[in-house]
Amino acid sequence: MALLQKIVTWARLKSPWILHFNSGACNACDIEIVASLTPQYDVERFGVQLKGTPRHADVLVCSGPVTRQIKDRLIRIYEQMPQPKFVVAVGTCACSGGVFKGCYNVTAGIDTVIPVSAYIPGCPASPTAIIDGVVKLLASLEATEEKAPEPVAAEE
Amino acid sequence: MGKNPEPRGVRVAIGPQHPALKEPESFSVLLAGEKILESGVRLGYNHRGIEKACEERTYVQDLYLIERICGICSHSHSTAFISAVEEIAGLEIPRRAKYLRMLIGELERVHSHLLWLGVAGHEVGFDTLLMYTWRDREVVMDLLAALTGNRVNYGVNTMGGVRRDVSEDQKKQVLTAVDILEERTKYYIGVATQETTLIQRLSGVGKLNHEDAIHLGAVGPTARASSVKRDVRKDDPYLAYDEIPFNVVTSDHNDIYGRAVVRCLELMESYNMIRFIIANMPEGPIAVKAPRKVPAGEAISRYEAPRGEDVHYVRANGSEKPERVKVRAPTLANVQVVSHMLKDGYLADLPIVVAAIDPCFSCTDRMIAVAGDMAAINMGGTAFPGCADAGSKARATWEQVRQHGIEFYRRRGVDFARLNETFTAGGR
Repeated sequence: MALLQKIVTWARLKSPWILHFNSGACNACDIEIVASLTPQYDVERFGVQLKGTPRHADVLVCSGPVTRQIKDRLIRIYEQMPQPKFVVAVGTCACSGGVFKGCYNVTAGIDTVIPVSAYIPGCPASPTAIIDGVVKLLASLEATEEKAPEPVAAEE
Repeated sequence: MGKNPEPRGVRVAIGPQHPALKEPESFSVLLAGEKILESGVRLGYNHRGIEKACEERTYVQDLYLIERICGICSHSHSTAFISAVEEIAGLEIPRRAKYLRMLIGELERVHSHLLWLGVAGHEVGFDTLLMYTWRDREVVMDLLAALTGNRVNYGVNTMGGVRRDVSEDQKKQVLTAVDILEERTKYYIGVATQETTLIQRLSGVGKLNHEDAIHLGAVGPTARASSVKRDVRKDDPYLAYDEIPFNVVTSDHNDIYGRAVVRCLELMESYNMIRFIIANMPEGPIAVKAPRKVPAGEAISRYEAPRGEDVHYVRANGSEKPERVKVRAPTLANVQVVSHMLKDGYLADLPIVVAAIDPCFSCTDRMIAVAGDMAAINMGGTAFPGCADAGSKARATWEQVRQHGIEFYRRRGVDFARLNETFTAGGR
């Protein structure tokens, strides 16, 4: 069993599948997330692959300050993901509400709704920052393996 | 479901999270087999309350907030907003600032159209095109980063002009990059016009004829692909667009293929415009000193964003904060067209039909408040937050606003009632 668990962990680290979800962002972080998947930055080098459904995803990549409309949907998507699951907050407004803090229709950041494993600040977070965040998350998973990882922050 | 009996068919909900949709929005389509009988769209997932927040911040702070309405056409929104403010304040910005704003605006159009081409390729399962265009798009992204300091959300506008000048070296850099991009765009035009897969997949899909485009109020490349010659840069020139020679690209294909061709050819126009701007860049200061407070007044400004006409309304009351800011983004004008284009099409075409208007729902999700006769009726507890400012004004409920909208368009001869039946009343 321990061997099987080791293989599963190894596979997970070598190929984390991500789900991108826009939780009320301005699209800037979203196009930077897509840019990090395309040839110039190519996050697929680290085995990262974009998936269409939460049921296939290990990592939920979220951008946006979480509007009231999207809040329930975000929670639902998070609940649909299989364990163990990790959330990456991309962009300043996903980390803390950013420029939208104080707007009547937003909650301030992803971590007010669901637990976040990695924070990537920047408005928008550049593809290099996103890659840095993803690699740091993977490194922290490697270190802790089965334990729930501490939140990490990428450099802007 | 009211007076209209439910047509026979299967109702399928698409979104708010769906692999084909990059933003949260929700479509509800009624299917008979593979055929779409009718469709409805539900917006509002991206509504953040920016217009209201603008009233609580100063003009310069608003500029950065308005820029974040949309990350893809950020310069469009910030220029449209600041032009309105400058009009109220009576500020005449230096000519060099106008040219610099146009330069960034055209570079933004280039990045946006290349982005669209990639997304369109992705939606029809032609991922090679996505990878190609996004690789080339990095050329213009690097250029924008060099000129403005950020890849997206440039923050280059300020009240009274721009914040960053362009050096001689940077001008050369722009010209070199434009040459590379032009070369690549010629290749994409070849792909769009000769590649059988793409032509067969796109032509005849998402039909929108000339009359319907005008009738439904389509804007931008969506309208121009139905040979509606509508471009704010030509019709109502802002900044210094009246000094630049360019053609308004139209196509009579009336389908998604036409929209792809229009966008590709618009890229070529933009390259020539960028070359003209660089060659004719006037000397002088890049900004004038702007007052902190703006005198009372109101202004509307129009801007041709990559997706179409963007309208900003600003009302000032003499303080350092605006009294009201209203944004009409191009996608709001185009989203009605989507339901029309989807009708009698196939479900498999839905992603590309939606993508063809180059939708930007973060631009679109604005709040609408209705005051006046209708608002006099009492409105119960569910209030529109944006309405709460005026003490005497009552608030309209969602159902009333919806009815008002249906009546308004019915008077103009457009019947959305059937489309809107798709979503149950009061389902905010």
